[in-house]
Amino acid sequence: MHTAVNLWPLLGIAAVAAGFLLRANPVLVVIAACGVTGRAAHLPVAHLLESLGGAFIKTRNLPLILLLPLAAIGLLERFGLKEHAQAGIARIRSATTGRLLTVYLLAREVAAAFGLTSLGGHPNMVRPLVAPMAEAAAEARHGALSEGLRQRIRAMSAATDNVGLFFGEDVFVAFGAIVLMQTILKAEGIEVDPVRMALWGLPTAVTAFVIHAWNLRRLDRRIARESARETVAGRAR
Amino acid sequence: MIVSLDVFYVLVGLLFAACAVMTVRDRTNPRRVTTALFWGLYALVYLLGERLPPAVAGGLMIAMALVAGCGFVKPGRADVLPEATRRASAVRLGSRLLVPALAIPVVTMLGSVVLKDVHVGARFLLDPKNVTLVSMGCGSIAALALACWLTRTTPLQGVREARRLIDAMSWAVVLPHMLAVLGLLFSEAGVGKAVAHVATSYFPLDSRLLACAAFCVGMALFTVVMGNGFAAFPVIAGGIGIPVLVGVYRADPAVMAAIGMFSAYCGTLMTPMAANFNVVPAALLELTDKNAVIKAQLPTALPLLGANILLLYFLMYR
Repeated sequence: MHTAVNLWPLLGIAAVAAGFLLRANPVLVVIAACGVTGRAAHLPVAHLLESLGGAFIKTRNLPLILLLPLAAIGLLERFGLKEHAQAGIARIRSATTGRLLTVYLLAREVAAAFGLTSLGGHPNMVRPLVAPMAEAAAEARHGALSEGLRQRIRAMSAATDNVGLFFGEDVFVAFGAIVLMQTILKAEGIEVDPVRMALWGLPTAVTAFVIHAWNLRRLDRRIARESARETVAGRAR
Repeated sequence: MIVSLDVFYVLVGLLFAACAVMTVRDRTNPRRVTTALFWGLYALVYLLGERLPPAVAGGLMIAMALVAGCGFVKPGRADVLPEATRRASAVRLGSRLLVPALAIPVVTMLGSVVLKDVHVGARFLLDPKNVTLVSMGCGSIAALALACWLTRTTPLQGVREARRLIDAMSWAVVLPHMLAVLGLLFSEAGVGKAVAHVATSYFPLDSRLLACAAFCVGMALFTVVMGNGFAAFPVIAGGIGIPVLVGVYRADPAVMAAIGMFSAYCGTLMTPMAANFNVVPAALLELTDKNAVIKAQLPTALPLLGANILLLYFLMYR
């Protein structure tokens, strides 16, 4: 069977997969993949360089969302924002890491579903507030945490922000993904009401909440189990 | 427009330039010259922007990647106040510390909802094409001003603190940016077409459940590769969703599209290619394992992908 599709650019994907599997520096992996893809698509070197440069300039709006809040957040950290958040959560007796993150998951997902995606995020909410509070909730109940457990709690805080954002925002009608889907279906001659697309996202959005909340409960049990073991080990010593 | 994205490009450029200057003078940094070079080159990208010839910008990008890839970007020793001082400051300032932090989302929302259509004379107040980003920039400036006023410090201290955080994240700061470049190159080179060709030619789609599974897993896998659900959706919807699910099995296109996009998001949770969600937070939270966030997300992403296949199977006829 004759095919007009050039399959060689798939080597670019292979380069990325190989690089990440070999745990090479990701920045080098990306550059190597750019080179491989360019060669496979028969782009001349000068043209490839111009494509890369043009794209690098065009996408420089992307890091802004991370960079802009750093000065304010860093300054607040210097003067005790984390410590304040931790002292606040330690006073709530019923607070556990899992319950706190479940509340954050619900708030993040519902807010994103109403289009308020900026009410969260890693630099302005997770690092200064959510992760320190999640750690403090565990410390208030179980005492000092092992380093592994502390890192696990932080990672889970970041994961909770992502899950809430992703599965909330797609239920919002004016979100870019809905517009994109509508445009692509229209190009294929299929007319779809964006409201119906947003509504059919709801079953998955609810399932995502249930599954992640369940995983947060498992995190609570793991914290309790590991802390109990440490306490016993501490007494034995 | 009066406040455009260019204002914030210049500000970020100046921030990186300040990072470079502070780094080159920082004797605690074992690689101060190369680290300063790295941030200096990035500052040029923001300060000169479109005035850089594309080939030069491409050269800058490769130079930055080589400096970072060879391990020449290192942090200096962070200058933080002792914990007792921070605790005392937290007690003294109390909940007022939250005000600047919350000013960022509040101003962003105000800007993108209320001020988006405001004109002064014939000009828009905020850049209409980038309302959210510009509003967030204004929110960040407002937050910095409030924080300086609250803590009686100068904006220069804010720049020092921003450098401390950028130093801690190191090259992970530029990874999402470079991955976006790779994504654009992939589409220029026709990677999407090749994947769709392979997927539709070699996978069995002759039962409804298999077709649903191939569609959802295909969305997730292609997103894992590209790092972005928006890149996967046109390819897999065009390759499997529209011709097979809608064309052969008469699925409701709205259900196909909604669940398809969410399957792509399951892929986003599992890939280091979505660096701004998965790798940057690991750096920002100072985790030793750069894949820790992905590992924390797997127990949610995999069952959810399975659930999506079943939801699509049972809901596709409404």
